[in-house]
Amino acid sequence: MTTATSTARRHRVRGAKPRFAIVQFPGSNCDQDAYFAVRDVFDCPVEYVWHAERTLKGFDVVILPGGFSYGDYLRAGAIARFAPIMEAVRRHAELGKPVLGICNGFQILCEAHLLPGALVRNIGCRFVCKYVTLRVENASTPFTSAYRVGQQVRIPVAHGEGRYVCSPETLEELNRQERILFRYAGPSENPNGSMDNIAGIANETFNVLGIMPHPERAVERLLGSTDGRGVFESLIATAVARA
Amino acid sequence: MPQVKVIVTLKPTLLDAQGRVVKEALHSLGYTDVEQVRIGKYLELQVGSLEGDDRQALENRIREMCDRLLANPVTEDYRFEIEEVKV
Repeated sequence: MTTATSTARRHRVRGAKPRFAIVQFPGSNCDQDAYFAVRDVFDCPVEYVWHAERTLKGFDVVILPGGFSYGDYLRAGAIARFAPIMEAVRRHAELGKPVLGICNGFQILCEAHLLPGALVRNIGCRFVCKYVTLRVENASTPFTSAYRVGQQVRIPVAHGEGRYVCSPETLEELNRQERILFRYAGPSENPNGSMDNIAGIANETFNVLGIMPHPERAVERLLGSTDGRGVFESLIATAVARA
Repeated sequence: MPQVKVIVTLKPTLLDAQGRVVKEALHSLGYTDVEQVRIGKYLELQVGSLEGDDRQALENRIREMCDRLLANPVTEDYRFEIEEVKV
């Protein structure tokens, strides 16, 4: 194992630190990115939780990381949503605690009906791995309070099935309730053909976020961007405020 | 033993990105008469019948399997046929 040699221990949090769970499914591959972001950059307690576990007791924030859970067999997230841990994820969300689904985690949350809509194959049929510019659309949520509305952030995407689709009624509802927290900043930044340039949406109570871009890969200057930090800073600030 | 053939298709309102690429490939092979290609999934299930199961109960169970797992109702439609396979 590599030791944490991160120079970025700038975010020492005073007082209560949220305890993060990173759920690992067979085929998760961004679990370590999320783990190191939380531990090394934000200095918060974090543990991996295997998908066969049934409880998330003692955790404040749950992250469903990116990857290809169960090889994306059938549909991305279709098998993972029935993993034993998902019942605990549902309870965690019902208690109003934050659940962050990144990339494959977003796909799983949609399949689990914790978020509406679905993610289908990119319009260009290619796996897209690059930085895109996002626009923060709602900065009054536990995931975005460290940003300002209209702020443009550079965060990488890496997916083949990230085209967000939903019914016209759902889209109207998402817009009206300001549940679209992140949009690709214009059609030229939209890497997959998502409806309405949607990059990340929240549930009705704003404690579940699904986002295709990877904020955990944009937390250190060495990685090319620190714009993803805001998501973690928001989560930590919310937890500290609550404590 | 019943064999169930399930066909899952992308909803007609959704653009089928893969299908479009396959259509273009067919065109490049000279099959320019192909106007549309849509790609779906085909699943075969061998289903052991439960005690006292009739055809209707089996159909209901298959429908439930499709709704819960085999198809995503947001993006896909499905249909199925049940055949009796002699063993």
